[in-house]
Amino acid sequence: MRHVLSVLVENEPGVLSRVSGLFSGRGFNIESLNVGPTLEEGVSLMTITTTGDDQIIEQIIKQLRKLVTVIKVVDLTEMQAVEREMMLIKVNAEDSNRAEILRTVDIFRCKVVDVSQNEMTIEVTGNQGKLCAILNLLSRFGIKEIARTGTVALKRSMQLD
Amino acid sequence: MEHTGAEILLECLKREGVDVVFGFPGGAVIDIYDAIPRFPLRHVLVRHEQGAVHAADGYARASGKVGVALVTSGPGATNTVTGIANAYCDSIPMVVITGQVPTPLIGNDAFQEVDIVGITRPCTKHNYLVKDIDQLATVIREAFYLARSGRPGPVLIDLPKDVVQAKTKFVYPKTVKMRSYNPTIKPNKLQVKKAVDMFLAAERPLFYVGGGVISSDGSEELAWLARNLNIPVTATLMGLGAFPGDDPLFLGMLGMHGTYAANMAINNCDVMIAVGARFDDRVTGKLATFAPEAKIVHVDIDPTSIRKNVRVDVPVVADCREALKGFKELVRERLGEKDYKKANEPWVVRVQEWMKTHPLTYRTDTGCENEPDAGKIKPQYVVETIYEITRGDAIIATEVGQNQMWAAQFYKYNKPRTLLTSGGLGTMGYGFPAAIGAQLAFPDKLVVDIAGDGSIQMNIQELITAVCNNLPVKIVILNNNYLGMVRQWQELFYAKNYCATCMDAQPDFVALAKAYGAEGFRITEPEDVKPVLEEAFKLPKAVIVDVRVTKEENVYPMVPAGASLTEMLLV
Repeated sequence: MRHVLSVLVENEPGVLSRVSGLFSGRGFNIESLNVGPTLEEGVSLMTITTTGDDQIIEQIIKQLRKLVTVIKVVDLTEMQAVEREMMLIKVNAEDSNRAEILRTVDIFRCKVVDVSQNEMTIEVTGNQGKLCAILNLLSRFGIKEIARTGTVALKRSMQLD
Repeated sequence: MEHTGAEILLECLKREGVDVVFGFPGGAVIDIYDAIPRFPLRHVLVRHEQGAVHAADGYARASGKVGVALVTSGPGATNTVTGIANAYCDSIPMVVITGQVPTPLIGNDAFQEVDIVGITRPCTKHNYLVKDIDQLATVIREAFYLARSGRPGPVLIDLPKDVVQAKTKFVYPKTVKMRSYNPTIKPNKLQVKKAVDMFLAAERPLFYVGGGVISSDGSEELAWLARNLNIPVTATLMGLGAFPGDDPLFLGMLGMHGTYAANMAINNCDVMIAVGARFDDRVTGKLATFAPEAKIVHVDIDPTSIRKNVRVDVPVVADCREALKGFKELVRERLGEKDYKKANEPWVVRVQEWMKTHPLTYRTDTGCENEPDAGKIKPQYVVETIYEITRGDAIIATEVGQNQMWAAQFYKYNKPRTLLTSGGLGTMGYGFPAAIGAQLAFPDKLVVDIAGDGSIQMNIQELITAVCNNLPVKIVILNNNYLGMVRQWQELFYAKNYCATCMDAQPDFVALAKAYGAEGFRITEPEDVKPVLEEAFKLPKAVIVDVRVTKEENVYPMVPAGASLTEMLLV
């Protein structure tokens, strides 16, 4: 099963390599790994998306907690959380297709951030389903490149049943 | 007043109670060596950095203190990796200090530069590159705290030359503050109660103990529980000595080369109390059939050990001694409820029956076919004789392979910290430098390295370290001209294709000992084993005893890799 882990770490050189090395060294899978600073100086938040059965996920969480530079690990899959990912899509945009592409961009409430004679770059944010859907829809025009950030996530403030 | 980084390092070592450092100098650490004579520190010059780390490891295992090794950058640092990985696998408290090129040169492929922090990241508990001299004292304080607390392990500190040369005011941090590191020492009371309820209700309880009992000094509590409740005990290789080897409740080692009784007890117990052991594959054999009838209580200070390999009914995350103490307190309150000793008696009788019917033994009549020296000296007999002479009052180090397994099977370890062996990593060449470390910790004790002719050659250069430091370490080589354990596997599982395991060409170990200034003996006849070993053990100097043993002797019982513990090949 897919799990989203929120990992608070000391922001010091080598911390990313400690975390990623733990995954590669123990044969765990990383789907995406995203790091950024937090409100607190010297502390970063990693959002790690991974897959595995319950026993593997338990090991991943425990092994992460064992790292001396890791402050806190939360499995967001166990609670309600907001998940977002950003993607830039560079799509073929011939004159005949432009209107259709722009309509799709509009429906998905995303933005065109760059344009040229025959290409458009579109910024999309959303959950995995949304990213997947727009990718699917635009693919018929020919997608030239994509860049994705990987998931970032936060626990929802209200945990409703 | 300002001090150099070198002085700060050495002052910190002093305050951490370090009296011996095993090391090898070089350009990057020359300033540290320049300062050493001004400090009350014994530096032991080894001949290879791997020897330094194993010696620090042996010192730590024997004494319970943190072992310290000091080496230079580049090759000095990479030579420590095996020793570090070895200590990491066996959870040995150790601080390794490596020199590094000056900070402006880091990353420039400078002379003798290597990213040792990167290399050792997966095999240290934690590691540091100190870039600022004002961090130095804090880092060293943290490193020692990390090495010895929680699940112990090796910590590496990489010191760039300019940091060592820089000067600053020395401030020794009074306390260590690491908010991300808080090992759980005391057990959860509810879990302790659950565990006690479970093993008091059991009909066939069994202790399965590992190195955690030794490193937490939990042996007394273990013995109290086992004896007051009449619970048999089996130990892993790392756990030998945690419970007296000559106690009637002790079943010996379990697992691949474990005793028949221990493996049968695992297969038949209804509650297993695993303490400070990690269900290693050499112990469990085929996981699906491991302890099929047992509910499992697992005590470990490291939560990652729990449920890593087997399902666990009652996890207890705590220091083993603290957990055992918790068990003891509850058990003491409940001893009046029922005669637990009597209730467990039928199980103990059954287990002891297995010990009687299938004791550890070896054939003394003939050897194997194709053996020119069949019927001559059996390696097991040599180990038994060492036990007989020392009466168990020695520190035994081992190399890795058949010698190690015979040392585990045929010597009785009655006290903790009397067996130094590479359990997790299986490092050939470990035993001799480890014995040197132990001898430094206990100058008056008899320290014997039980070796194979293959393993001893992996760090034999340390003979001169023993000689010039007046360390009377004894090396007993069970010499069969083979890499015996691999040969055994080739015999049993690879149709006797003895590829690259025969070591017909061997050095003259007696002459070699003498060349190094040590003493050497050779034994070829069974009747000479005892008198020569006795003489060797009395000599106040380093000795090699080259014992020519039967060539194709195997270690039995043996559970083939991946088989169930009940599928033992017996003698």
